[in-house]
Amino acid sequence: MARSPIPPEILSPSVSIRTLSPKSQISPLISPLLLSPLRGFSSNSEGIMIKLFKVKEKQRELAENSNGKPPVKKQSAGELRLHKDISELNLPKTCSISFPNGKDDLMNFEVTIRPDDGYYLGGTFTFTFQISSIYPHEAPKVKCKTKVYHPNIDLDGNVCLNILREDWKPVLNINTIIYGLYHLFTEPNHEDPLNREAAAVLRDNPKMFESNVRRAMAGGYVGQTFFTRCI
Amino acid sequence: MRRHIPQLPQFVGCRSLVSHTVPLRSGVSPMADATAQQSSRSRDLDKLLLRPGHLVGPAFEPGAELRDDLQKYVRILVVGAGGLGCELLKDLALSGFRNLEVIDMDRIEVSNLNRQFLFRLEDVGKPKAEVAAKRVMERVSGVNIVPHFCRIEDKELEFYSEFSIIVLGLDSIEARSYINAVACGFLEYDSNDNPQEQTMKPMVDGGTEGFKGHARVILPGMTPCFECTIWLFPPQVKFPLCTLAETPRTAAHCIEYAHLIKWDEVHSGKSFDPDNPEHMQWVYLEAAKRAELFGIPGVTYSLTQGVVKNIIPAIASTNAIISAACALETLKIASGCSKTLSNYLTYNGVEGLHTKVTEFVKDKDCLVCGPGILIELDTSVTLKMFIDLVEDHPKLLMSGASVTHRGKNLYMQAPPVLEEMTRSNLSLPLFELMDKFPKGIVHVTGTAGKGDKRQSCLRKLRVAFKGVDGITDTDMAGGA
Ligand SMILES: [Zn+2]
Repeated sequence: MARSPIPPEILSPSVSIRTLSPKSQISPLISPLLLSPLRGFSSNSEGIMIKLFKVKEKQRELAENSNGKPPVKKQSAGELRLHKDISELNLPKTCSISFPNGKDDLMNFEVTIRPDDGYYLGGTFTFTFQISSIYPHEAPKVKCKTKVYHPNIDLDGNVCLNILREDWKPVLNINTIIYGLYHLFTEPNHEDPLNREAAAVLRDNPKMFESNVRRAMAGGYVGQTFFTRCI
Repeated sequence: MRRHIPQLPQFVGCRSLVSHTVPLRSGVSPMADATAQQSSRSRDLDKLLLRPGHLVGPAFEPGAELRDDLQKYVRILVVGAGGLGCELLKDLALSGFRNLEVIDMDRIEVSNLNRQFLFRLEDVGKPKAEVAAKRVMERVSGVNIVPHFCRIEDKELEFYSEFSIIVLGLDSIEARSYINAVACGFLEYDSNDNPQEQTMKPMVDGGTEGFKGHARVILPGMTPCFECTIWLFPPQVKFPLCTLAETPRTAAHCIEYAHLIKWDEVHSGKSFDPDNPEHMQWVYLEAAKRAELFGIPGVTYSLTQGVVKNIIPAIASTNAIISAACALETLKIASGCSKTLSNYLTYNGVEGLHTKVTEFVKDKDCLVCGPGILIELDTSVTLKMFIDLVEDHPKLLMSGASVTHRGKNLYMQAPPVLEEMTRSNLSLPLFELMDKFPKGIVHVTGTAGKGDKRQSCLRKLRVAFKGVDGITDTDMAGGA
């Protein structure tokens, strides 16, 4: 999971830093030693240089005070943001969420979708969500636990949904993803196939696609592949 | 910790770009006269530490005592013993620091040897932290380096609290985010929301990617922390799965197909381990097959490693330059011999050379380094009363609050399944739910603001309980 530590935008001399954030200020191209102490908090930050030795005792005291406390669990920024997403969930009645590891592990959960329209009406499909500690910088990992005959979901549960990969943005949230998944069932799309056979049938013969979906959901073979009942 | 793709032609010659002039590389023989060595070794350092100057920090007190104190009292943790970590240990040791520790969970690989110069062929397979510590101690007399061969999460928080400064030579956002949260977690604010200097744990963060790099100084509570500026990192490029499955066009598409789709198809249930060479080899062979099928050139083993681990070749000279900047900032923070970098240096050696310092600003509402809102409570206040109080608090006016404390979800308004599980907490005293500590941090989410401006938000609160032992401390006295 090595990730780029360097924002390429600010490395390119031709790009103005202002395009990045209205909050950032621009420093002239000078040695850090010559940076004006008048800017913002830079005069403050000198203060820290540091009475490192003088504060040594105090630091030891603090460390000792912390003895006897139970081990502190570090709550990542990703966990906090997820807490917000979860506490604001507004799910349609066709979707439900569960937390297999209990109320204190929000980073791993399952979402169950029961489409009330379209080819998949009556089926029950469960997705697992895995959230990283740097969420929402990184999209959740989502897999379909239920084996499904679907053009955009393969037989191993990989899901082709743009906002899970190439179009993920930190402003999106768990609710958006659940709606996106729901949408896959009401409007399967043969143009982004993960299950090529299913996609071809949907494109060329929607009637047959419909009967294949019914057969798979009822529990049975479509071609060589067996699907367990999910109605 | 940085991994490397070997043998990419455009980078092979890079080691010769910078000649390392530090004595380490020239193979000096052990000095007979330690005293003579000491004075010559600290000659340049003495110019910074023994003489007054115009650009020094306000608390700077030049003199031999300062130099001795730096050696004696300052303890520095280097996180990562890879390309940057090797350079950092060497630079810090040669800058006069005597008490160093280094933490890294990786073992040495052959492909590290071109730039992780503390390692030799016979070290392959050994822990990086241990070999790096040993080599620097062999070459720099007087320095003591304690290696820790483990994950950063394996250490207790007390471990990190012992250091004066934490220096980061990492290659992942996750690891930076973790250390940042730990270091910022020590920070305490007084009742006027001013950061308390003695609780501040400075960090110096270096990072390189090919010919580009950055060095930054994080003084929690004063300069932006890693989380304040996480948007600086470009999002990872992710190809649509259906492109990988159906219409691959590049070698990277073939590799990601083997890695993300084919692996699961063949190894049901067994997860892929990027650090397992057999797994990597399997992905490479599958990718090569697929590339042949679609007539796509360019799949190699090293490209496979690069794509799967999302890495860019590391350049020794970039590491050396960034490490030097980081070591200098560490010395400045520790000694006050100069004002610190304020606060983010970028270096770009792709075409010619470009460096720039940008002063990023703190996010005052940062959940990690910000002060949050101080709330004083009686120990009898129940969670329900606390939620009502948050709704009426002039700085919050937050309705429908959900509350979390150190990873424990005390109350969740939604979804119904969690509301049900947490409802019984409402009638319990918050003091008990917070394990009877006199103070602590809780986070609340809900809807804040008035009228049209209502919006969902997430806030950090510093809760202090009145009349509990340990709260007589000045830092919480005075009230909000
Ligand atoms: Zn911050």
